[in-house]
Amino acid sequence: MILSLDADFLCTGASGVRYSRAFASRRRLEGESSPLNRLYAVESDATNTGSRADHRLPMKASEIEAFARAVASRVGVGGVGAANAPQAAQHWIDPLVRDLQASKGKSLVIAGDGQPAIVHALAHAMNDVLGNVGATVTYTQTAEVQPMDQRAALKQLVDDMNADKVALLVAMGGNPVYSAPVDLKFSDAMQRVAMRVHLGLYEDETAAFSHWHVTETHYLEAWSDVRADDGTVTIIQPLIAPLYDGKSAHEVMAALSGAEKPGYDLVRAYWMSPGAASGTGTIAAPPRAPAPTPAPAGNAPASAPPPRPGAVAAPAAAAPSAASATPQFDRQWHQWLHDGVVPNTAFAPKTVAIRAAFASQVTPRGAAQGLEAVFRPDPTIHDGRFTNNAWLQELPKSLTKLTWDNAALISPGTADRLRLISGDVVELKQGGRTLRIPVWLAPGQAPDTLTLHLGYGRTRAGRAGNNTGFNVNALRTFDAQDILQGVELNKTGETYQLACTQDHWSLEGRNLVRVATKTQYDADPKFAEKMEEGEARKPLTMYWQPYPYTGYAWGMTIDQNVCTGCNSCVVACVAENNVPVVGKPQVMNGREMHWLRVDRYYTGDIENPGTYHQPMPCQQCENASCEVVCPVAATSHSDEGLNDMVYNRCVGTRYCSNNCPYKVRRFNFLLYQDWDTQSLWPMRNPDVTVRSRGVMEKCTYCVQRISQARIAAKLEDRQIRDGDILTACQAACPTDAIVFGNINDPGSQVAKLKSSPRNYALLAELNNRPRTTYLALVRNPNIELEPPQAATDGEGRG
Amino acid sequence: MTKPQLPLQAPPDAGSAAAARETLLSRTPDVIAPGHTFGSVTDKISGIVLTHRTPIGWFMGFAIAFMFLMILNITIVKLLFTGIGIWGNNIPVGWAFDIINFVWWIGIGHAGTLISAILLLFRQQWRTSINRFAEAMTLFAVACAAMFPLLHTGRPWLAAYWLFPYPNTMQLWPQFRSPLIWDVFAVSTYFTVSLLFWFTGLIPDLATLRDSAQAKWAQRIFGVLSLGWRGSAQHWQRYETIYLLLAGLSTPLVLSVHTVVSFDFAVSEIPGWHATFFPPYFVAGAIYSGFAMVMTLAVPMRAAFHLEDLITMRHIHNMTKIMLATGMIVAYAYVNEAFYAWYSGSLYEQFMFTNRATGPYGPFYWMLIAINACMIQLFWFRKVRDNVVLLFILSLLVNVGMWLERFVIIVVSLHRDFLPSSWDMYEPTVWDFGMFTGTIGLFLSLFFLFVRLLPAISIFEVRTLVPAAKVKTTSGTEHLL
Repeated sequence: MILSLDADFLCTGASGVRYSRAFASRRRLEGESSPLNRLYAVESDATNTGSRADHRLPMKASEIEAFARAVASRVGVGGVGAANAPQAAQHWIDPLVRDLQASKGKSLVIAGDGQPAIVHALAHAMNDVLGNVGATVTYTQTAEVQPMDQRAALKQLVDDMNADKVALLVAMGGNPVYSAPVDLKFSDAMQRVAMRVHLGLYEDETAAFSHWHVTETHYLEAWSDVRADDGTVTIIQPLIAPLYDGKSAHEVMAALSGAEKPGYDLVRAYWMSPGAASGTGTIAAPPRAPAPTPAPAGNAPASAPPPRPGAVAAPAAAAPSAASATPQFDRQWHQWLHDGVVPNTAFAPKTVAIRAAFASQVTPRGAAQGLEAVFRPDPTIHDGRFTNNAWLQELPKSLTKLTWDNAALISPGTADRLRLISGDVVELKQGGRTLRIPVWLAPGQAPDTLTLHLGYGRTRAGRAGNNTGFNVNALRTFDAQDILQGVELNKTGETYQLACTQDHWSLEGRNLVRVATKTQYDADPKFAEKMEEGEARKPLTMYWQPYPYTGYAWGMTIDQNVCTGCNSCVVACVAENNVPVVGKPQVMNGREMHWLRVDRYYTGDIENPGTYHQPMPCQQCENASCEVVCPVAATSHSDEGLNDMVYNRCVGTRYCSNNCPYKVRRFNFLLYQDWDTQSLWPMRNPDVTVRSRGVMEKCTYCVQRISQARIAAKLEDRQIRDGDILTACQAACPTDAIVFGNINDPGSQVAKLKSSPRNYALLAELNNRPRTTYLALVRNPNIELEPPQAATDGEGRG
Repeated sequence: MTKPQLPLQAPPDAGSAAAARETLLSRTPDVIAPGHTFGSVTDKISGIVLTHRTPIGWFMGFAIAFMFLMILNITIVKLLFTGIGIWGNNIPVGWAFDIINFVWWIGIGHAGTLISAILLLFRQQWRTSINRFAEAMTLFAVACAAMFPLLHTGRPWLAAYWLFPYPNTMQLWPQFRSPLIWDVFAVSTYFTVSLLFWFTGLIPDLATLRDSAQAKWAQRIFGVLSLGWRGSAQHWQRYETIYLLLAGLSTPLVLSVHTVVSFDFAVSEIPGWHATFFPPYFVAGAIYSGFAMVMTLAVPMRAAFHLEDLITMRHIHNMTKIMLATGMIVAYAYVNEAFYAWYSGSLYEQFMFTNRATGPYGPFYWMLIAINACMIQLFWFRKVRDNVVLLFILSLLVNVGMWLERFVIIVVSLHRDFLPSSWDMYEPTVWDFGMFTGTIGLFLSLFFLFVRLLPAISIFEVRTLVPAAKVKTTSGTEHLL
């Protein structure tokens, strides 16, 4: 049982992948059955976590403290005082508290990164009294070597610069000129420094204010080291020599301390030093650099920063030279590199105690009137560090499906009251600062709350990222880095075109997403099959004998119960299959090229809807509609059931796409591939054809990976084993929602999943016999909050 | 216009039935106006080509048409160098103006074939004044139409020959299950047969022009084109045979070509496309729009070249009646679409219909209903049929309505199909309009050249309509010479 207080723990933050996996492990209904977990989410904006919640309550960010206090006092946290939960949440408190108390030691309260310290403290206190510490919650030391209040440190730096106390500023990564709170006036202060050096991947806004810009190596180009959130160390190995003669942070630090060395020597020498890998996890703090270095300068908006390269390794001066490596260390070092992790470096659990009267030390925040804005890292480009990543720019954001822009997300009800529709440009005013930004209606958004995503409106991001979206940092002050209250909103009368990849949110009463509650599922596990449109029919065929697939028969299942809609599969597919980026105007025209999209549907009350994610690759139909209509046989069927696409043969009639009921085919309306930019050449997967203009393309089930596995299997004179082939989307899925394999092999995971009662084919009534099938969604609501319904039929219908 | 006179004298002893027929026929205008002789017909028609001064209106009209033809050229060059992304097509609306225009043009062509072939077989004499230019219209319309299946592809330089079954070392054939391949055969057959039919019919007239031409080069050109026609009885005998054979070949094409075109949609599984009644619906729509186009062309041509006595009110009336009949079939198909949507019990079919009527493109649907189902009811009225200017306007509107019908079938069905997630809107670009108006420019340019350079009305066939061509047999029936 999980209570999330404005925390998007599944998709935001450094540990999202790990948490997603852990969350999904208790959402599976196949295999050894364990009771489903239950997720309650109280949140100010619609997040992926909220979309997967069994119960979700939209609530203004500033009211969550009151809600947390109310719950905390009821579960037995002392000294909280008689707090009143917000009106809308009253009916939640009793059932929620009963549920929490019923699952002592098996529950978890999580506070969001954007919530103030008091909410975090209340969450810890609740975990404490619920007996979760040691069971579901473990405290360790932080992965940072020198934990500090980074926001205060940044302010200190600005003060020092303004007081002319800083002679040399070395900005190692980060982009404070863009991302520092606006009232710190970072760039003004920075200009008072006599010598300013910037190390970064891009010549960004901060570089523009620096005297020197040092090209930084990408993490795929440099040796470094990093800690996972449990403290486990991994040595980062470069995959490619630096393309632009960049320097890693280690190398720059070493150079500044007068001992220039290659990054490999530096990292290796550090881990050779006694105690470095002793497994105790206690690492000596590295000496400070000669000048104040705002290490993660302002670039970590809401979350604790993920461990950064350079956080662990010390300058070479502190360690013995690489020359004196013992053969024993050599073996150990190679073992680490081979395994990918340094063993036994996880942090030991720590016992911490919360101060007794913590809750009374903070005055409860009163109910705030008017609009408030919450600042969130963008779901795709984060805080701006990925602004120039065109793959991410074009990746539709999980819930809004917007690309290339951010917008002020607003609930449909609030928008209605303010007479706004999506695309209306508004002027937001607070404290004498203004921001012009279009609004976008986001179902599930808390009332009177605007979500402003960071990372956009950059001027020196690069070719892809310049002048996309709106810089919300214009409103973000030091004291309101997460929640900004008292925002005044004025309509400007202007409109702005936003590029959204999914115009329609409703299921239109179609049984595309099939949902039941756990109770309904227990009573009738085959509910999904029964929701088939029309009467159950025998598969139709005009042939005496349907084609017998005697060899491999490739198939896929997508478990909607564990899919969080995180989009990893989409980006993985883009990277694997050389999917081009088409740019905002083309996206607006409905020409995005993603082979795999994640459909998002809403059902129910639009202010707090049920939100469903449905990854949609090519369904690889056995009776494929596309194949019969192609005049040149450019798309045809393989004997393993793949719906193959022969690019060479395609003349581009687009008839196949017209006839595809899933509309998963993508057409190169123009020359979308950039043939000329040399730096893009090594980016492409050499095993996959780079498609040219006028050609249709679509998901191939990563046929190149199938071929590789087939070659490997032939060399060893064996069959392809289950698990030999992971499609790119499957490999990237943090929750293993996507499973691929040979459905002719009854022992394969995919064949087992296809025999699940939850298995259903989309639009099965069309007799296309898709090889990709879905496992229906089973929710686990608290019957006190949601009385059971008689039939499943009402569910999943828009 | 002079008072209509009965061209065919009924035998005096035919009785009251004949009298009734006479009364009925007296209300029907003549096929050609009285007073014409063999010579006057020949002079009148060949004069347009050979002796008359070209009207200033011809130059103005041709200039405008040629300007649009240049727009077509620019669009095609841009298209070939940039890609069909210059149009508004997207996913899910993979076909839009390109295929709308294709179906629209090919439909228009059908009237020409119907007039020349089917009406010939049914011995409808009134066809002779209009069949030549209606056939030319067919050819030019099919030429416009044939451009789209090629140019709408992403790689036309490959589509141009991969769509044909030619022997190749890879032993790779077209995919014969695809309706697009059927289209290739249907359209190329249609164009070939129409061209042969049209040219064969021209030969005796080309010979007439050769004989009347004064200029040496005109004599040469018409001489070559008339293939040595001397008008001997053997020539005529062979001519009649081949012409009848070609008419027999063309007749099934009137039905089959648009049937095949309708298969492009009917064979697919998209709601709004997947319908078994599409072939008759499309054929009726084709003839309907084709006659509207003949009307659109005949009315101004008749006025410009003073052909009122050859293209008479009889023709105008008959064409209006055919438009009314086929238009009613089309309207019946609209009712059927609604009925099947309901009767299918399919969620998707039902949604398709509601979306047509009430969706974002709803106004277009109602415009086409207003034109193709409601407006054509005006054709019931003789007063309307007598008003040539009004008919011209109405025939233009019918062409608009039929274009909208294809828009509704193609774009509106595609833009919202099975998965609501893939729903999107379609907006044409300036290049879509460039292509569309450009083909109209091509069509009109060809037509202007045709009426100026070739006999737009069949001279020798109209000659058979003049009274001197009638002989009375002893049995009292009449035969053409």
